Formats: sequence, C-alpha cells, structure tokens
Amino acid sequence: MERVILNSNEISRALTRISHEILERNKGPKDLILIGIQTGGVYLAQRLSSQIEKIEGDPLPVGALDITLYRDDLANRSAYPTLKKTDIPFDMTDHKVILVDDVLYTGRTIRAALDSLIDLGRPREIQLAVLIDRGHRELPIRADYVGKNLPTAFEEKVKVFLEETGEEDRVILNRPSKTH
Amino acid sequence: MSDKILIKGGRIIDPSHKRDEVADLLIEAGVISGISPSIAQPEGTFRTIDARGLLVVPGLIDLHTHLRVPGFEYKETIASATAAAASGGFTTVCCMPNTNPVNDNQAVTELILERAAAEGLVHVLPVGAITKGSQGKELAEMAELVSAGCVAVSDDGLPVMNSEIMRLAMTYATIFDIPVIDHCEDLNLTADGVIFEGKVSTDLGLRGIPSSSETVMVARDIELAELTGARVHLAHISTAGSVQLIREAKKRGISVTAETCPHYFTLTDEALRGYDSNAKMKPPLASSKDMEAILAGLADGTIEVIATDHAPHASEEKEQELDCAPFGIIGLETALPLSLKLVETGVLSLSDVIEKLTSGPAKVIGQKIGRLGIGDRADITLIDPDVEWTVKASDMKSLSKNSPFIGWTMKGRASTVIVSGKVLEGLYDGGKLR
Amino acid sequence: MPLKRKDILSIDALSCEEIDLILQTAESFKEVSTRDIKKVPALRGKTIINLFFEPSTRTRTSFELAGKRLSADVINISAASSSAVKNETILDTARNIEAMHSDFIVVRHSASGVPQLLAGVLRSAVINAGDGAHQHPSQGLLDLMTIKEKKGEIKGLKVVIVGDILHSRVARSDIQGLVKYGAEVCVVGPPTLIPSGIERWGVKVSLHMDEALVGADIIIVLRLQLERQSRGFFPTLREYAMLYGLNQNRLNLADPEVLVMHPGPINRGIELSSEIADGLSSVILDQVTNGLAVRMALFFLLSEGSQH
Repeated sequence: MERVILNSNEISRALTRISHEILERNKGPKDLILIGIQTGGVYLAQRLSSQIEKIEGDPLPVGALDITLYRDDLANRSAYPTLKKTDIPFDMTDHKVILVDDVLYTGRTIRAALDSLIDLGRPREIQLAVLIDRGHRELPIRADYVGKNLPTAFEEKVKVFLEETGEEDRVILNRPSKTH
Repeated sequence: MSDKILIKGGRIIDPSHKRDEVADLLIEAGVISGISPSIAQPEGTFRTIDARGLLVVPGLIDLHTHLRVPGFEYKETIASATAAAASGGFTTVCCMPNTNPVNDNQAVTELILERAAAEGLVHVLPVGAITKGSQGKELAEMAELVSAGCVAVSDDGLPVMNSEIMRLAMTYATIFDIPVIDHCEDLNLTADGVIFEGKVSTDLGLRGIPSSSETVMVARDIELAELTGARVHLAHISTAGSVQLIREAKKRGISVTAETCPHYFTLTDEALRGYDSNAKMKPPLASSKDMEAILAGLADGTIEVIATDHAPHASEEKEQELDCAPFGIIGLETALPLSLKLVETGVLSLSDVIEKLTSGPAKVIGQKIGRLGIGDRADITLIDPDVEWTVKASDMKSLSKNSPFIGWTMKGRASTVIVSGKVLEGLYDGGKLR
Repeated sequence: MPLKRKDILSIDALSCEEIDLILQTAESFKEVSTRDIKKVPALRGKTIINLFFEPSTRTRTSFELAGKRLSADVINISAASSSAVKNETILDTARNIEAMHSDFIVVRHSASGVPQLLAGVLRSAVINAGDGAHQHPSQGLLDLMTIKEKKGEIKGLKVVIVGDILHSRVARSDIQGLVKYGAEVCVVGPPTLIPSGIERWGVKVSLHMDEALVGADIIIVLRLQLERQSRGFFPTLREYAMLYGLNQNRLNLADPEVLVMHPGPINRGIELSSEIADGLSSVILDQVTNGLAVRMALFFLLSEGSQH
C-alpha cells in the first residue's frame, strides 16, 4: 500500500521554509556551507542553495558527501550502494556546515556523516536539515530543520523521489500489505 | 589350498596365439596345463573360478614403472607398488633405475630382486642404467646387470645427452640383445620448462617445454638405432612429431619400438588449467593434435606398447607451486580401464589393447611372458569389462596418490589376478577394492 | 552492486561490468588520498596480510597504503621464495597465516598459479599481486583506469606493448583487459621473448618496433629483466635497446597524443630513454597514483562481496 506524503508543491514549500529558518537562525548567509549526503541530500542542498540565492542574491557553496566508507554496517549490510564521490571543493574551517539529507531515521547515517566531516576539516558548527524525519532514532541525534515530521511504523518504508533523478517530485510511504 | 585352478567359461583373449574364444583354462603346479572349450573337472582338490562374462587375459606387463626402491621408500615401496600393480591387473612390472643409489650395478639389482621376492605381489624385472649413476658419461657394467637380472637398460629420468655415449651404449647392448630404452628429451630444449609449450603455457604464464624437446631425441635415437643395429625402445612417446618419425623409421626397417602412456591418449595440456600438479609429468601433456597422433599411432601399430610410467611422489612434494612440484604421475591402477576405453571409442580392438599390455611389452624385453600357452607360467588377469567404478585416492594401493584421474568414473577393471598360478587374495571383494 | 567474488586472481576472470565497478569505485577513492586526513574507517578491524614471496617495493607499498587508508591492519610478510628451502609447503605457510584470522591475503610469488592454489584452500580473500609470468591483475586494472581517464574510451585505441612478453605478467593482464574493451593490441619484441600462441589472445605480433608504433595511441613499455640476457634471449642490452628501446625518434612515429606507460621500475636508457620517461607523453606517475586507488577499491569491494 502506497501513500503520497508530500507532493511537488509541498516539497517546494518545505524547502522554502527551511531556507528561511536557516537564514533566520544564522542571522544571514555569512559563513554558511551546504553539504548534501549522497545522493538525495545533494540535490536538496542544491535546491536550498538556489532558494537562498532567491532570498539573499547569492547562492551558498554546496558540497557532496559520500558516507559509505564511514558506515557502521559495512560488514553485514545486505544492500550495496555504489561508492559515490565526496566533493567538497572548499575549506570548511570556521564555517557553519548545514548537513542535508532526505530522510532522518535511525541517525546512523548522520553519525557517519559527522565523523566523515570531522575527518575532512574543522567546521565551526554543524547543523542538520532533513526533508522527512520518520522517527525511530537509535542514536542521540536530532535535526535542526525538518520539512515534515512523519510518524511511521518500523516496517514502513519512506521513499523520496526527486526531479534530478528523472522522477516526479514526491515523498511516498510504503506499507507492506498484510499477508495474513 | 590346492594348486589346481579351473577357470570356467571366460572369454580367453591371448593375442600372442591369436586366441579369442570362450573357453576353460586349467592351471596346475603354477603353469597353464589346458585350454579348451570345456575342461572336465580335474582329479583331486581344485578351485574353480566362474569366469562367465569376464575376460581371461595374460597378466598385464608394465614396461615402465618407478618402484622408488631403493632410496625413495617414502614415495613407494615394492609392497605398495606391486599391490597397486596387481590391483590394476599387472602381473609383471619393469622398474626403472633412477633410484638412490641408481641401479647401475649388480648389488642394486640384487637388492631390488631380493625385496621383490620378499614383499612383492607380482614379478619385478629390473631395468639397469645405461651409464654409471645415469650421469651420461661412462657406460654401466651391462654384462653384470644382465647377469643379475636386468632385462633392459635405460637412463630414464636423466636421459643421455651425449650422442656418442648413446651410440656406444647401443652398440655395446647388442652383445646381450637387450633393448636400450630411451627417455627422449633434450634437456637443453626443455630448459626450465614445466608444461607443454603452447596456448595453455602462454595463458597460465608457465614456462613451456617445446614438442621438439622430444622429437629431436627421437630422431637422434632412430639414426643411432640404424647406425648401431641395436634394439631401441622409445619410452612414453607423447607428440605427433615423434609418432611420424617412428612410423617412417619402421617403414625403413629400423629396429625401433615405442610405448605411450594412458595419460597421453586421454588428456591434453588443458588438464593443467587449474595448475593441478597431478597433471605435471615428463614428457608433458601435449596438444589435442598430439593426442590424436598418439591414437593414430596406437591404431596403426606404430606404438606397440602401452606403459604406465607410474611415478609416485609424496603429497607434500606435489602440493607445491606447479614450478616446484616434481614431474610424474601414478598409473598402475588406472591404465587398464583407460586403455579399454580405446575399444569403446573405436581406436583399437579389444585384442589389440590386450596385446599392447601383454605380448607387446613382452616382445620388447624378449621375455617368454604375456601369453597363455600350455606350459607357460600361469600369470593371468581376469577382467570384468563392464563394471563401473570411481577412482578414489583412499582406495588406491600405491603409497602416493598423485593421479589426475582421481574422481573419474572408469569402466572395466581386473577382478582376479593370478601370479605364478596363485590367486592374489584380499585385493578384491566382488569387483570392489576392499 | 558488490563484486560477487571471493578473490581477484586474473583479469580474464573479471567481466567488463565488474571492471567498470572497480574503476568507478577507484575513481571515488582517488579523492580520499587528496585529503589532509588520508584515512577512512571502511575496513576498520579487518586484517590484510601482504604475503610476498618475491621482493617488491612498489606494489607492496601500494597495497599496504591502500589497506591503511581504509583503516585495516596491514602486516607485511616477506617469505623465502622457495618453500623447499624452508621445508614448509606454501599451503602450510598460508594456512598458518590464516589461522591468525586474516581477512585478505595479498600474494606475490615467482611461480605462476600460487594465488589460485591458495584461493582454493583459504577462507580469506586472495588478491594476486603478481604470480610468475601469469597475471598481475591490479596492474592491469590501474593501466585500464589510466587509459580510460586520459582517453575517455578504450575501444578502438591502438595499443602497442613492447618488450619481454614471454615472462611478463603485466603484459598478460594488460592484453586481457584491453582486448575485453575492444582495443587493438599489438605486441612487439624479440621473437625469443614472444610466447607461443599469443595471437590466439586476439593481438597482433610484430617484430619491428618502427612498424608497430605508427599511429599508436598508447605505448606500454615493459620492464626488461636484465638477467634475460644471460639466458641468451638476446645478445646484449645494447642490441636490445637498438631494436626495441623507445626513444624520441620512435615516439614521433606514434600519434601526437600518444601516452607512454611503464609498470616500473624503469631501466632508463634500455627500454625507455629518460627524455620520454620524464616527458609530456609519460603517464607513469599517474599509473602509480591510480594503482593506489584501484587497490583501495579492490579491498573495499571484496570486503562487501565476502559477506555473501
């Protein structure tokens, strides 16, 4: 069973709101850097950057982070995402990094991203922006900016589709059909 | 136990007498005393062997066995090798002299024969060395070797490179009318080669042994045989070029005989693909073109002997890098079924196969064996031609298990072996090894 | 997609899809080596044994660094080349090492087939770091990576491999990879050093350097093992250099955009003149850089595959 949680317009509105919140909390775009987690997070970071450009006139620098090498389940996971590039072509020292991901779930991806960022440089501060927070945290991690809080059951799946990958923008909640 | 044995109803195949018929055979006092379609029960106690459905053939003779005694008893002993021989249907094996010390004198020959008398299950006929220590320099004392019991001379394993020495050896051997058996290999051409030179050696990155390593020596030996008039026997022939040379030599009337081994008509260098050291031997397994030529040479009589070149090596020696593992495979326990397969594939008649394993080799060494005549020593092998069995290392009697045929399903095997009129007990249990 | 295999023994065994995955992953790993902290935790807690039965600095260092940059524990073992000397068979040596719970065994040996022998009995992933004259798959992969990187596509490229093809595992791995991707490969060298039947690999054989080099896009110069002279494969080094040494005049016969590659270490002035080794066409140092990335990718992808 499938349910659309956010449609294209709703995603766009959520990102606009997050852009404003980022600027408000950080008192403007100064020293801000957006780093998206491969791959969905990278597209969202790019969209946030263009939103902020619309508001402030200049885009924020956007980097891409692949956290595969920092995962804690490398040894026993069953799905194998291909290793993507980490591309952060600027110095993070003394900057405020807004880490962007599509779905916040157990928190393990963010843990890996934090470790990776700290190996890559010394940002002054790291904040977290996510499109969906579906709960079920396994680590003490919370997002600073959330597009939508979505209470889910453990067996449900949240899927984010974005135009950049040739899909129609939407967020879907997948509930496995009961077999008995 | 009676010394009379009546073998009833078997198909007796004796190529030396051109016999191939279902008949009874009677053994008395260790010799064959009667063969006829129906032999009446003899007087007194006797043992009857029901041979219906079985082949009754002269005990097989292997011209080319490495008993490894003296000196390499960790690879094989006379007890284990002759048990392997018997279980493979052989009643006589000729043992090569590359032992330690080399069988280049009476003392070593006598030692081998004494041990064979004590622990051997089948007849052992030693082959003496051509040169002292098989060093290829000075002739060994051939008269002494022959009087001690050697039936041929050979520097197998360490072939005589110096053609003048070979010429002298052949000339000298004519005194005794014994064959000079040559392992045809130009060691300089072989260099550090480990497998046959060709596509497989290139693919596997292994140093190749060119086929000419064998053929140039075959050509030399043929020329020397013509020059000296000696009886020259060419061991374990493996290449097309050699077969062609031997065929032509025979046409010219040169006294040259030849043997090949089951692996050369069964396998090619493709068997090395997995770097299996149990497929590493000298001469090396060659190309399919060579294998075809070997089969043709067997079919047209260019090659008159099938020998095993049974060459045991311990597992720790074979379980090495292919470059380091020693050359050689065992063959006594698989030669018969692999040879019988030639009948199935239409290469040879059943009688031809038996001939190449019995009277063929007997003729080379000039011994009155390998035949079923009245008064002949009763060395007889009964073969179940239809039994299918799987080669298992654990079933093998040989101390070493270096065979590329382990795991193969074979058809046909010796079911009863009689040596000098005595049934070898305990080797088999209803066609299966105990 | 993980690499669904336990070992890397030869290029021949790899499909183009697998090679693409390895090279794509290696491309991502190149970035790690440009960081200030050149280390990621991907193989934390894994043990890599470099089991080298043949002296090597370059390849061993590359594998060692690759393992360390992935946070694995790397142990180097230089074993005596002949097991007969030690009186221990190669399998015993390897089993003893594996009893220490290694995850990867990187093996180099002067005898062809040793990695295959070990892979058959060990639980660890076995990576062939060069066996006799058989294969050197990581070298083959890094060469493919370097060519792809510089030329975009391999298909249709004219590649000339010069030197001692007979004893070269690099040549065998390179040829297999290049032919898989549709390059037009020609091997050149003295006929005494061309292995029998190599044409059946889909390559051309030439005995004349000047003829073979015309229009070449890539020239892979092999290292000449100097001891080959004493075995009589060619009369003198001088004559070898005269017939098969790559110098500027010969290079001019090739395509203007030609790349010169060499697996190293170079015998300057014999197979390759210094001006070329250090010249603009040379991508020899890119090969070294890519070698590290390829080896990181192999460890990473095999550690994924081993879970299946």
